[in-house]
Amino acid sequence: MALTVQPVVQPAVSAPVGSLVDGSRRHILDLDDFAVEEMELVFTTTDAMQEVLGRDIKKVPTLRGKVVVTLFYEPSTRTRVSFEGAGKLLSADVINVSASGSSVEKGESLLNTVRTLQATGADVLVVRHHHSGAPYFIARHLERTRVINGGDGWHAHPTQGLLDLYTIQRHLGRVAGVKVVLVGDIVHSRVARSNLWGLLAMGAKVTLCAPPTLLPYEFLQGHYRQPGHPWASVEVEGSVERALEGADVVMPLRLQRERQQSGLLPTLREYSKMYGVDERRLARANPGALVLHPGPMNEGIEISPQVAHGAQSLIEEQVKNGVAVRMALLYLLLRPAAEGGKR
Amino acid sequence: MPARSWLIRGARLVDASTGMDRSGDLLLADGRVLKAGEAIREGDVPPGCAAVAGDGLVACPGFIDLHAHFREPGYEDKETIATGALAAARGGFATVCCMPNTNPPMDNASVVDYVLRRAREANLVRVLPIGCVTKGRAGRELAEMWEMAQAGVVGFSDDGNGVADASLMRQALTYAGGLGLPVIDHCEDPSLSQGAPVNEGWVSNRVGLRGWPAAAEEVMVARDIALAEVARGRLHLAHLTTAGSVELVRQAKQRGLAVTAEVTPHHLTLDERWVLGHDSEGPLAGPLMPWAYDTATKVNPPLRSQADTEALLQGLQEGVIDLIATDHAPQALADKLVTYDDAAYGISGLETAVGALLTLVHRGRLSLMTLVERLTLGPLRVLGGSYRELGTLRPGSPADIVLLDLDGEWVVRSSEFASKGRNTPLEGVTLRGRVVATFVGGQPVHSLLRDVQGEPVESAR
Repeated sequence: MALTVQPVVQPAVSAPVGSLVDGSRRHILDLDDFAVEEMELVFTTTDAMQEVLGRDIKKVPTLRGKVVVTLFYEPSTRTRVSFEGAGKLLSADVINVSASGSSVEKGESLLNTVRTLQATGADVLVVRHHHSGAPYFIARHLERTRVINGGDGWHAHPTQGLLDLYTIQRHLGRVAGVKVVLVGDIVHSRVARSNLWGLLAMGAKVTLCAPPTLLPYEFLQGHYRQPGHPWASVEVEGSVERALEGADVVMPLRLQRERQQSGLLPTLREYSKMYGVDERRLARANPGALVLHPGPMNEGIEISPQVAHGAQSLIEEQVKNGVAVRMALLYLLLRPAAEGGKR
Repeated sequence: MPARSWLIRGARLVDASTGMDRSGDLLLADGRVLKAGEAIREGDVPPGCAAVAGDGLVACPGFIDLHAHFREPGYEDKETIATGALAAARGGFATVCCMPNTNPPMDNASVVDYVLRRAREANLVRVLPIGCVTKGRAGRELAEMWEMAQAGVVGFSDDGNGVADASLMRQALTYAGGLGLPVIDHCEDPSLSQGAPVNEGWVSNRVGLRGWPAAAEEVMVARDIALAEVARGRLHLAHLTTAGSVELVRQAKQRGLAVTAEVTPHHLTLDERWVLGHDSEGPLAGPLMPWAYDTATKVNPPLRSQADTEALLQGLQEGVIDLIATDHAPQALADKLVTYDDAAYGISGLETAVGALLTLVHRGRLSLMTLVERLTLGPLRVLGGSYRELGTLRPGSPADIVLLDLDGEWVVRSSEFASKGRNTPLEGVTLRGRVVATFVGGQPVHSLLRDVQGEPVESAR
């Protein structure tokens, strides 16, 4: 596939994405359009939010009078609760809408639902949807309300990516040059995709390890090795033992049971034997290597209970950092013009 | 009272049936071509003849679209035969074959009769119905092909679905072959493509949508070529999209099989990167823009890789692919105003086809003569003998004519479409080359012309 020649007919539309640094960014849809300085700003702002979280009285008035709406079409514990918590700690009014119990159950379309939420005064809409691209569709049809992607299909989960990067930065002091190994269901993982963009932009060395049926086609076919390919620096390793050699960060991904039913794997048992991250395998990583997991975990399948709850596991800290990162993102997206934000 | 005769003076006449490409006059009278070529002396012009200046215009035989969806009966919110026929007229198509995935499906003579009646009422372009291969397009039993042929269908297709059962497909080819009609094959193995709205590859990976692999098309192309060989029928492969399919057709033709193939304007001129929503400067590697996942780019089969697009163009140039057909698939607005996964498939293509295809001519990728051939004689090879009068400027043939302004620039505005389907990925795009007039049976059914007195030429119907 040639990478440089343009289509015969050109699309007619164009618009800049903006940046959190000067307050011109309108939406957070994925990390593929985040500049390094933007991610660094998120990290320093998150540090400030950690300080707030450490206080006796955690609530600050920063976003008083702002309305944050969470709209979740898929079940979620971490993402929804941490956004709700983040909004409340910043004194925003937080309204939670889920597909069940709302007019979605009466068949209201996604478009009408989000336009209704905009009309009720939502300043920011945090959306989780099972269809890739839903937040892009929503962002195109809202003039006033900003959109944060809380996870869309297999495509992206940018706030998870940022909290993973933040957690690595906090513990290792850097992301650049760090060897990060993602193990498991890459092809269906929005967490893996968003992490890839963020990790590569920050200069991490990324290794993917998965059964070939769970690898994206690009990697399976070797297309990613073409010069100029954005993922050209990624390593792909079939053996988890070899993949973990010298790792600084290990990230097993959730393996959904449907993958076996759809014929991508013979059995979960075989997967666990081949790819499950246990203490024996973790020992091949660098001493003190960090273990991250985006949750929810299938303990005993992609990760052993000993590793999940062991000394190297940061899984609970990820959740805590998730609240601070989301506070930082809500603040940076909604901050008034006097503090660098443009309206 | 519309004029009974028309004189188009000094146009560039391009006719693939005779190889003519010259400047000259065109005289149409009583629904037929009277003269095409030499300058016509004033004395030879019939009284009451309407004259238009053809300077700067190309005149060629009216285009023939072998593959369009007019949605009637059953989905009149998406399109009707009247709106579809007007869209065809605007797009330069004098003849359109309409697909049977209506509701009820066109799997029996009554529905064929209904469609033909609605087409007569619309009285714009020639509408040639295509009947179902199987009852209800369900892929289980053959539809009553002979009776539909009596009613006027020009071929059989379960378009939208392939015929999954290989044995049934074989019988369909043999039976339709006995009627002298082709089976028009929608090549898709659904076990490989189910729920996959975009091409498998970088783009599907990038946007996190399930990928529709090239192999899902190619396994059916290969299977049905093998079946055509034993069935002794005529196989026409609809909307091919992959380099591998082009290669399979090339080999089949080398073996002398009765196989023809088509490609759509969108698969020739757009590629999968349109799903990413890049602007013209955006490299493949760039971030998704907020307008990524534009559901107007969702079409079945999907927009393919650039390598596929190149192979299709080459196949078209060489004649491995016989013809261009629009696969005009209008959809209601609400069916596209949803997430990419939920959106209906299809591009409303009749009104942009010629403008988009002329891009290839302007870039030197396709000669005008070849383009005209693939829009006239190509489809006639599939339609067979009964329609051989069409697609030519030879004196005596039906006066189906299209006039083109090759350099006329225009901006695609779906709100101005005659089609009810506003689903075009080309919204806002400037195209160079437009259809100035379409004549069917000697009368204008679409016209931006002015006569020699400077008065606008109204379309006759």
